[in-house]
Formats: sequence, structure tokens, C-alpha cells
Amino acid sequence: MEAYALLLAATLNAGTVLALAALGLLINEKAGVVNLGAEGLMLCAAIAGFVAVVHTGSDLLGFAAGMGAGALLAALFGVLVIWLGTNQYATGLALSLFGVGFSAFVGIKYVQEKLPPRPQFSWPVLGDIPLLGPALFKQHPLVYGAMLIAAALIWFLYKSRTGLVLRAVGESPASAHALGYPVRLIRLAAVVAGGALCGLAGAYLSVIYTPLWVEGMVAGKGWIALALTTFATWRPARVLLGAYLFGGVTMLQFHLQGAGVDVPSQMLTALPYVATIVVLALISRNPTWIRVNMPASLGKPFHPG
Amino acid sequence: MSSPSQASRLQLAGITKRYPSVVANQNVDLRVEPGQAHAVLGENGAGKSTLMKIIYGAVKPDEGHIEFNGKPVHIRNPQQARALGISMVFQHFSLFDTLSVAENVWLGLDKSLSLAEVTRRIEAKASEYGLDIAPDRPVHTLSVGEMQRVEILRALLTHPQLLILDEPTSVLTPQAVDKLFMVLNKLVSQGCSLLYISHKLHEIRALCSACTVLRGGQVTGVCDPRQESNASLSRLMIGAEPPALAHKARAPGPVVLQAQGLNLVSEDPFGMDLQGIDLQVHSGEVVGIAGVSGNGQRELMYALSGEDARPLGGSLSMEGASLVGLGPQARRQLGLHFVPEERLGRGAVPAMSLAHNLLLTRAESVGAGGWIRTGALAEQARGLIERFRVKAGGPHAAAQSLSGGNLQKFIVGREIEAQPRLLILSQPTWGVDVGAAAQIRSQVLALRDAGCAVLLVSEELDELFEMCDRLHVIAKGRLSPSLDREQATVARIGEWMSGLWPSPAQLDTGGAHAQA
Amino acid sequence: MLRLEARPQPSRAWTYASPLLAIAITVLLGVLLFMALGKDPVRGLQMFFWEPIKTKYALGELMVKATPLLLIALGLAVCFRSNVWNIGAEGQFIIGAVCAGGVALLADKESGRWMWLAVVAAGMLGGMAWAGLTAVLRDRFNASEILVSLMLVYVADMVLSYLVYGPWKDPAGFNFPQSKTFEAATQIPRLMSGSRVSVGLLLALAAAAALWVFLFRTRAGFAQQVGGLAPAAARYAGFSSRRALWTALLVSGAAAGLAGALEVAGPIGQLTPYVPAGYGFAAIIVAFVGRLHPAGMVLSAILMSMFYIGGELAQSRLGLPKSITGVFQGLLLFCLLACDTLVTYRLRLRKA
Repeated sequence: MEAYALLLAATLNAGTVLALAALGLLINEKAGVVNLGAEGLMLCAAIAGFVAVVHTGSDLLGFAAGMGAGALLAALFGVLVIWLGTNQYATGLALSLFGVGFSAFVGIKYVQEKLPPRPQFSWPVLGDIPLLGPALFKQHPLVYGAMLIAAALIWFLYKSRTGLVLRAVGESPASAHALGYPVRLIRLAAVVAGGALCGLAGAYLSVIYTPLWVEGMVAGKGWIALALTTFATWRPARVLLGAYLFGGVTMLQFHLQGAGVDVPSQMLTALPYVATIVVLALISRNPTWIRVNMPASLGKPFHPG
Repeated sequence: MSSPSQASRLQLAGITKRYPSVVANQNVDLRVEPGQAHAVLGENGAGKSTLMKIIYGAVKPDEGHIEFNGKPVHIRNPQQARALGISMVFQHFSLFDTLSVAENVWLGLDKSLSLAEVTRRIEAKASEYGLDIAPDRPVHTLSVGEMQRVEILRALLTHPQLLILDEPTSVLTPQAVDKLFMVLNKLVSQGCSLLYISHKLHEIRALCSACTVLRGGQVTGVCDPRQESNASLSRLMIGAEPPALAHKARAPGPVVLQAQGLNLVSEDPFGMDLQGIDLQVHSGEVVGIAGVSGNGQRELMYALSGEDARPLGGSLSMEGASLVGLGPQARRQLGLHFVPEERLGRGAVPAMSLAHNLLLTRAESVGAGGWIRTGALAEQARGLIERFRVKAGGPHAAAQSLSGGNLQKFIVGREIEAQPRLLILSQPTWGVDVGAAAQIRSQVLALRDAGCAVLLVSEELDELFEMCDRLHVIAKGRLSPSLDREQATVARIGEWMSGLWPSPAQLDTGGAHAQA
Repeated sequence: MLRLEARPQPSRAWTYASPLLAIAITVLLGVLLFMALGKDPVRGLQMFFWEPIKTKYALGELMVKATPLLLIALGLAVCFRSNVWNIGAEGQFIIGAVCAGGVALLADKESGRWMWLAVVAAGMLGGMAWAGLTAVLRDRFNASEILVSLMLVYVADMVLSYLVYGPWKDPAGFNFPQSKTFEAATQIPRLMSGSRVSVGLLLALAAAAALWVFLFRTRAGFAQQVGGLAPAAARYAGFSSRRALWTALLVSGAAAGLAGALEVAGPIGQLTPYVPAGYGFAAIIVAFVGRLHPAGMVLSAILMSMFYIGGELAQSRLGLPKSITGVFQGLLLFCLLACDTLVTYRLRLRKA
């Protein structure tokens, strides 16, 4: 039973990276912009966060650095796509490729570096409950932060007027423009905010989750996060759930290896990627569902007349 | 009559707006009095929309100035226009499909009200004006007429002093137009001024007491439309009387297109399903289908052209051969050609040259194994451009560089020159200038006289009355029985647009209309 | 202030000038980067632009690197022109290499001289099959080809890893994860002695010519591109979008698989976990910088090889990390996308 409690804890932890990134991408996509550069962006944020912690010892600064790197790269992407009208998919790819190279380049000196010992957290009373305590209440604050962000997004998108404006821009930028809303600025704000969250995810990865730097350490989580927003049909609560599900699949692979299951390790490593493909296929099957939930202007450029 | 000392509601002086390829407005003066319904008349491309965008703050003029209630203003953006009391009802609605009516209206008002308060006000205003609407419904579930009501309510809730309407009746049945005019008259009687953009002369005469006519971006006249004739207004609008179409009666030949009991579920979850469509088109006749958009025309066109080749209920055949399951290329082999309502993006690829756009539906310049003979293709395009008087920079000009009218002339020409047995046209003169529209219509009639069968789908009743031998009405996915031209009146068509047509049995016995 | 104004027609002049401007800006940024790193920018430029073309041998090496890049890019051009976003070419490359390697391992000392043809064919089929997976999921399930093809890259990597650490590991290889080296009969024939350039170069150039004919002189190529430019027009014309999807993916899968086969049965000579060199991703940049046009892609493939070789030289002679290549590649694509704006928009100075 102990093992299952620990598995649940590990799932929440692993899912948090995906959740933060996917929630950030959700904000982008609600405004109609798809940022395929998530992977490269997260890598740059990861190295930025790691470097910050190595030089200052402060985790908070590490997170801030990650968010800053994410926001900056997202802003560059946003200006290209929103003002210069470059193709969203190609520009996102460019960001990913650039991010992979740039992060490897900057990170060369930090490959062997170690961070100061990672702090342990525990809720005052709840953390001591047998089984439930280690399962749910001994996580890093950002794990709960991700849940709070999801809740805040639900309120923002569906209860606030600003959120309504964002959804309107994603639904029909031409109509929003005709009503006088600054569509391009709103889209840029969404892209930068989303980039900051993705950056936070990257920093969490290198500072807390696996506190080290290795080239390419995001290992496809940026892409999985992109897939997540699609099969969560652009709803924050489902994104959170999906993130934990995927975290679970990733953890399952370690659990099975540890349990001595006789499957080649490579197949287990491939599990999350295969799972992503399977879920994508199942969800995308229903075009009606997609049409009703997808922001109608997703991926399409907007040019004020 | 306003007294000279009372300031005009709106005064534009010397407004000029230039774009890279055209001067949209040149030195335009406009004067709207308080409580006046003022029409702005002009054909497509005359500069009406640009002028309205300037008044509404969406576009800034290059020269000229604006006064509102006697005070000079610079209208920087639509929010500022709304704050002044200027409101606009758009031709292509600025609505958000997945949001509710109340949310849509809220977005058009300024921030201080809560959603609940807005909902209350919607209900109050709606009952005051007799506009029936449920605030919680998502907009995509509304009919086009209801969507316009949302636009109007949104404008009314800003307590406008000046309301601009851009071609509001193109999506309404004749009865709904009457209803709209009742709302507008009530508004005018309360002191609101109206700027009414249209190219429909009888509407302008019914509603407005003043009219400014635009042609080629300039004002060609200011008048009282009630004192003018159609001929004099046309002269101001296009510089000449409208060309008369020679429509000779002709005995139709054998059946070319036959649809019986056609049933088809729409591919689009927000679309209209087709039910029990019975349609026949004979060679040498023009059959028209009237109806406001959103009643299944799009789905019917997809089904007839072959773009939607799914198995359907009932039968569809052309000169005896079944069309079910055949794609557009196979149908063209049988002689079925189609001019779609969207030019750029469907009838033609915007970034490709006119010559390449020929290859979409014509294969004369394609040799064995699919080899494209580029020289022959350019020649073919050149010939078409000449014969159909298309103003373009040659066969290698990109489709998107042509004006709407010229591109439509090219597309119609491309299909006519294929010598079809059946030509289907959907909204062929939408957004096309009067000269090009007249040319297209006379060419279609010439094709019919040569023995081709023609099916014409249009939202413009005038066009249908001018060109068709027989008329149907499409409503909610069902097709009415056909009506000979002599028996078609605007009132009757309007009724049928609500689905209130007699069953074929009742028609035969000349019985009374069915009352739903 | 600066404003962008739409041109009535895309500018032909800027279609050619934009990549050149992008290269110039990238070089400028590169010079700045060298200076920031305390290295001599002139020597840096030398590594990237002079050394790779200095000698006949160097030119040969340039061609060796350019061949797989060009092949994959040609296939990707078909995809991108059809609006099919196949970004998993790397995975198709890997599986092509695996299948080619599998056939090569079947050879022994007695195998015929033409064995390499079977090896190459196996590579193409393997790449096609892997791309076919993406096609099936998009066709039957409407799953995004971007995400599926990407996920399959990671899976392909795992397949290769499994094989070289497991069943295909060379028993005489000191337990290193590598397969046996392939017999001579399976090696791609060299074009000339003294250079590693193989027949693959000729195949790549022939493929470029074939692509030109397909895109610009055949109705099928026309139909493929209409699908990418205006899907509603393609539907109106009656061009099958399903056929366009499968054509695009199978062609690019075959091209990537062929590139994988040529690498593995050529310069590398065996299967190792280091077979994936990122060519599948670099080829995306080659395709865009080459304007998705066969002639342009020949040139941009050579340019991209210069970046690769320059990066290796910069590492050995200037002490710069090899990942600098990746930085330049990404920068180049960004600059190209930005400069491409000038093709459809004009920059105007407007008074506020």
C-alpha cells in the first residue's frame, strides 16, 4: 500500500510539469494562437532556471528566471506571428528548433553542476496522516499551485469579463475587431502569459523535479502538453486531469521496471508517447465535439483590414 | 424640417480616404439631421462601407473633419463612437457563435454593467420593440434573422443618437423587412437619426426622407428619395439607367436535372438538413431558388455540385444517369458545371494565376499523363479574359489581384465556355458592380437561349424575377413547389420563405394557402 | 511609424531576396555571437563559409552531408505545400535506417554486388510505413499529424535503441550498443575514389528534378498544391484531400527512409544509437529556406551542410560547443520567417 501512496505522490509531481505547460498553452489557444514552440521554450526556461539557482541559490529566482525566459521567447514568437503575420506552425517550429539548440549551447557549462539540497515540504497536520499524507500532502508548493492556477483559469475564463473578451477574440477576431477591441494586443498578452506558465513548467522540471541539467531534458513534454490541450477540449479542469493521467503513465513505467516486469526498458520509455497517440486518435474522432469546443480562429492569422 | 439654428446630428466635410490601389472616399460631404432617416445609396465598391467605418471609428480619414451635434470630434475607435452615441449594425454580423445572446450584447456595451443587469435590459428593450429573443441561447442556434435582432438590440441598448445600418435586409424575408422598418420608424420618432446603407431603391423610398448618393468614392447627389424615380436614382448611382435584360419566353426542352425526395444530413453540426427536395430543371430554362441564407442553400449546393458526394436519401440524376456518389470531376464529365458563392478560396485559388485557376475545372490544356502544357494554358486564359472583358493584368495575374466583379466574370466565363448541359450558379452577382452584374446576367440568359439548363440560387429577389422562368423557395431545408414567373409576387415568395406553402395537392386544386 | 501594407500580388523580387536577407542577418548575428564569446569573428566565418569548400575533399564532405538533407527536404516540400505538417521526418529517417540495416545484416560474404539496391529499397519502404502510420491516424481518426508524427520520432528512437542494445547487438562488439558492420556488398557505391560521395548524391539530384516536374508540370502536383493553398477550392475542383494526404506522407516517408538507408549503408556502415543526427529537423529548415522549391532547396541544403561542418570545425579548432550549429539553424529559420513578411507586405513610413 505504501508503494501506491508513493506512486500517487509521484504522479501528482510528474503531472505538474505537464499541467503548468498545458494550462499556459490553453491560454494561448483560447485566444486563437497555437504555439508549437513549447518544447524549445521549456528547454530555454529550464536552463535559465537552473543557471539562476546555481548562481544565487534561490529557487524563487529560478522560477522567476524560467518565467521570464518563457515570456521573452513567447513575446518574440507573438510579434512575428501577430504583427508580421508569419505562419503560426512554422514559427512555432522555428522556436522549438532554436530553443533546443540554444539551451544546449548555454547549458554546456552546467551539465555536471549540482543544486543545493532540495527542500522537503509537508502540510502541518495533513502531512502526518498515514498513507494519505505522503500521497497528497508532502508535495512542493507548485504542485498545489498548478491546481490553484487551474481553478483561477476557470474563474477567469468563464466568470470574468476579461476572460469573455479573450474567448471572443479566439472565437472571431474579426468581430472583436469590429467592436473595437485591440485584438492583436489581447492575443499578444495571451501568448506572453502562456509563455510565462510554460516557462514556469520548464523551470520546475530542472529545479525541482529532476534537479539537474541535461541537453533535451524536456524529452517531449512540451509536445505532450500541446496534445493535452486538444484532448482536454480546451477546458482547464480536464487539462489538469489529463496531466495527472499522463504523469501516471510516466510513473507506471518506473513502477513496472522496479517490479521486475519482463518488458524491454525501451518499450516502457516509449509508453507515454504511445499513450499520447492513442488518446489523440480517440478524442479527434468526433469532429462535432472538436468544432463546438475549439476556439474557431485557432491557427488562423488575423489581419485588421 | 429642422430649423436652421439647430445643429445637425452629424456633419462630414471633405472626408477623403486613400488605399494603395484605390481612393475609397474623395472629398465626401454628408449631413444628417436629428430624427432623420438618411439613406446612403451606391453600388458595390462606391465607398459606402469605408465611409461608415470612418464614422464608427474603425478607420481614420486622411483628410476632412467631422462634427457631431455641432461640436467637432475625432473618433479614434469604436468605443469612443459608442460613447458619443453612434452605434452600428453590421452587414456581416460581428457576433460570437459559441457565446450566448446576453454575452454577445455585453461585449458590445461598455464595461460598467454586470451580465445580469445586461440580461434584464435586453428583456426590457426586446419587449418594448416587439423583438422576440431569449438571452441565454447560444448564438449559433439562432436563425440569421434572429442574429440580426441581437445586433439591433445591442445597438439599441447603447441609447444611440445615430444608428448606422449596413445593408440590413439582405438576410431578411419581406415580412421580416416590414417588421424591421416598424422598429426603425419607432426609433426615428424618438429622435434617433438613422444612416441606412443600401442599394435597394424601393426600401430607401419606404423608409428614408433624405439620400446621399455615392459613386466611385464621390458624392453625386443629395435628394429626397420619395421625390425621385427609380430612373433618376439609378442615374445618380451608376451614371446611367439600368440596362434592360432581354428575357424572351421559350419552350423548355427535356429534363436535365432531376432530384426526387432528396434527404441529406448536414456535415456541419450548425448547419441545416435537407428534407424531401423535389427539383427538375429542363434544358432551355432558368429555374430559380429564392431564400434567405441559412435555410439549406449551402448544403443543397454541396450536394448538387458533388462536393458532398455522400450517399443520400431519394434520387438525384442528370439526363437519366444517377449522380449519387459521383464527385465534382465526374459530374463535370456529364456536363454539370457550378459557380460557387465564394469566389476567393473556393471558386478560385487567391494566390495562383488566372491561367492556373483554369485548371480547377477545365482540362483542355492538360496532355497525356497529366502533363500541363503551360503555353496552351496561358493562351486559353488569355482568350477567356478577352471574350469576357475581364480587367486583369494578363493570364499570369494572381486571382486575388482582380476586383470582385472581374474575378466573377472570369469564373462565370470559365464555366460557360465549358459548354455545360447544366449550369448551377449560387449568388452570382453578390458584391459585384452593376456593369459586371449586367454582363453576367445577360451571358447566362444567352446560355439558356442556346439550350443549356440553368439553376440559379440567389438571395436577391429582383435578380430572380428578372432572370427566371420558374421559381422555388427554400426554407428550413425543404423546397417549395415551383411557381411560374407570372404567378410569383414578392408577398407570396415572402410567405413561402417562412415555410408556408401549400402542399402540391392543394396547389393543383387551386385551394387556399395552408396556415401553419 | 512603420506600417505594413498588403501588396496586391506577392512580390517576385522579394521571393528570391528574402532568403538572402535572412542569411545576411543570421551571419551578422553570428558575428556578434562570436564576439560575445571572445572568439575571432573572422576565423569563425572562415570555419563556416570557407573551410567547407576549400578543397576537393572538403567539397565531397559537403555533398555527403547535403545529400540526406536535400532528400528529406524534397519530401517535406511536398508535405508543406499540401498543408500537411509532417515534422516527424526524423522518425521516418530512423526507421528507414533500421529497415535498411536489417536487410544489410542478412548479407554475408557471398552476397551479390547488387545487394545495396535491396538495402536502399528496404529503407524507403520502412520510411513509408512509418509515415503511413501518421497518415492512417489522420485519415481515419482526424488526429493531428503534427503531434502524431512527433510522438513517433520518440518511439522510433526507442525501437532503434531496443535493437542495438538487444537482438541486433554485435556479439563481437565488446558489448557496445552497435550492430555488426555491414558487408561490402551492401555499401552504397562511391561516385569516385578519394571521396566519400556516393551514388546517393545522384539520387538526390534526380529526385529534385522529379519534384520540379511533379510540382510545376503535372496536374497531380497542381492538385496537391491547391489542397494546401485553398482546401475549399480543392474540394470544389474535386481533388481528393485523402489522396493528397497519403501522397504527401508516403513520398516524404520514402524520401526520409531513403536518406536513412544511404547514411547507414554509406558513411556509418552499421547501426548505432547515434544514427539520428537531427537531419529530419534540419531538413525542415532546408525546406523553408529553399522556399519549398527544388532548386532553392539544393542551395539551402548546401548552406545547411556548411553550418554542420562549420560547427564541427568550430568545435575542434575554436573550442566552441557543437550545439552552436543548432543555434544558427534556428536563428536562420526565424530570420527567414520574418523576412518573408516582405513578400506579401510592404513596409511604409506613415505619419502618426
